[in-house]
Amino acid sequence: MTHHLVLRVIAKLLIPFIMLFGLYVQFHGDYGPGGGFQAGVIFASAFILYALVFGVDVARRVAPDWAVRTGIALGGLIFGGTGLVAILKGGNYLDYSALSGDPVAGQHLGILVIELGVGITVASVMMAIFFGFAGRGR
Amino acid sequence: MLAAHFPALQVVLPLLMAPVCVLLRGARLAWLAALAVSWVAFAIAGLLLAEVLIGGPLSYAVGGWAPPWGIEIRLDAVNAFVALIVAAIGAIVMLYAPKSVEREIGNDRAYLFYTAYLLCLAGLLGVTITGDAFNLFVFLEISSLSSYILISLGRDRRALYAAYQYLILGTIGATLYLIGVGLLYQATGTLNLADLAQRLPALEDVRGVRVAFAFLTVGLSLKLALFPLHLWLPNAYTYAPSVVTAFLAATATKVAVYALLRFLFTVFGAEFSFTVLPMGPPLAVLAVLAMFTASIVAIFQENVKRMLAYSSIAQIGYMVLGISLVTVEGLTASILHVFNHALMKGALFLAMGCVFYRISSVHIDDFAGLAKRMPWTAAAFVGGGLSLIGVPLTAGFISKWYLVLAALERNMWPVAALIVISSLLAVIYVWRVVEQAYFRPPPADRDVREEAPLSLLIPTWILVAANVYFGVDAGLTTSAAGQAAQTLLGSAP
Repeated sequence: MTHHLVLRVIAKLLIPFIMLFGLYVQFHGDYGPGGGFQAGVIFASAFILYALVFGVDVARRVAPDWAVRTGIALGGLIFGGTGLVAILKGGNYLDYSALSGDPVAGQHLGILVIELGVGITVASVMMAIFFGFAGRGR
Repeated sequence: MLAAHFPALQVVLPLLMAPVCVLLRGARLAWLAALAVSWVAFAIAGLLLAEVLIGGPLSYAVGGWAPPWGIEIRLDAVNAFVALIVAAIGAIVMLYAPKSVEREIGNDRAYLFYTAYLLCLAGLLGVTITGDAFNLFVFLEISSLSSYILISLGRDRRALYAAYQYLILGTIGATLYLIGVGLLYQATGTLNLADLAQRLPALEDVRGVRVAFAFLTVGLSLKLALFPLHLWLPNAYTYAPSVVTAFLAATATKVAVYALLRFLFTVFGAEFSFTVLPMGPPLAVLAVLAMFTASIVAIFQENVKRMLAYSSIAQIGYMVLGISLVTVEGLTASILHVFNHALMKGALFLAMGCVFYRISSVHIDDFAGLAKRMPWTAAAFVGGGLSLIGVPLTAGFISKWYLVLAALERNMWPVAALIVISSLLAVIYVWRVVEQAYFRPPPADRDVREEAPLSLLIPTWILVAANVYFGVDAGLTTSAAGQAAQTLLGSAP
């Protein structure tokens, strides 16, 4: 891998922007096209690019097994937990209007939080699938 | 205040505990979490059934969006009863799980088992209580995907092939169901089951609706393993870990039977399903074929788990036969058999798990002298077996009795006779095991008493005792099933 100099420099240059774009798609999802699913895939692709250029072992040090697994579980919990918070605040399950005094602000907040959960889970699952296949045969 | 949210919590608690199990990782912690949630879900299901039987249907608007626009959770006498069956089996299977999982799956992967089990439980409960056709598909997929994982956890490498086979056929079934829902949506513009039921009578002659009916029926029949769409079932039940087999055999096909009932009777209506499109005769023929072919195949099986799997296909025949009669009595018999079959197959497969725990085999030759080596396990098998045959004073007798009565009421003497004859086939395959266990000497080197541990025996015997209890005092189950049948045929509020 040491001799692919151009590839390594360009990858290092691109990865921050890929991640930033992922975050943009994530948090812009309630105004325009985007949301957790797309953002999660974009975000994970930054890690996958890193693994392709610098090797799977190095990438696994950045995103170790336990972190990926925690991410998968955490995203689901954020999504479902938002619903439970809505119940505690006196609404029905997943009734975002109950999350805040103002129903519109509540819906806004709700969709933002659950999309964050979706984004975390999707990004972690994409990484888990990639590492799962890349780690085969050794 | 919390009681108002029980319909949602019923599904949400197991669903959310699944990721928590991933975070906990330890086999023991994950088991405790799964056990606690299973019993809470059981308690909620019991409270909801009591509320529905007394106070009539319950409706819950998820996300605060009023039905028919939002997703509705709707409980009536039918699905509250099925949900109770699923939750009860889940609760008992979890009591049984830790030792058996340690032996058959291994403690390092145990947390994955509990995660997949909780997802499966949430999916099955979701299919049961949702009032939305598309939401039903989503939960069907959650339960199916997690059951593929559960099956593939089996120690035998053939478990992977069995899971793959089930994955392909299960996905075909789910796809057909989804196409049916899509066609219904195209014709009516709604996905809410109650709303669909109101709009469909005016659209009886629309071709799309009839095609949707065909897709839905075939898709769900694949899921419930109606003969000849049962090919995925024997391998899946044989090679899955014992706990998984007991849980899936007692719940998964039952939930699919419920979904079929819901579409045939509530959504399309008995008038459309059985008069406009005469579904009665084909269902009856397939049901009788299932009862006989599967029972005969079961007689020739060498693997006892496989034998019980084929027996399950035959028992599904009885349930479908009850549906095809289209009377309150027939449906009562069907729904009763859903409940009773869950009890008997649960007990039998848990007993298989006890045998496997000690002997590491469920081959019929290895059952020689089992009554001497594991007397309580062998007795539990006999108890479950008697119920499977339908001997009086067991739960199996009650449902078959109602089924025979329902057939006689429609003046279908030959069908009633076929029910009795196919029960005799069950005597043969149960007897083969009993003969090995009680009348063959154990192999010389294994002539010692080696009973399964109590943590396996007690849940098994709870189910055996339930078989006897609901065979002697069937008042509770027959009244609940009767009310469910009346709800389906629209003769009750």
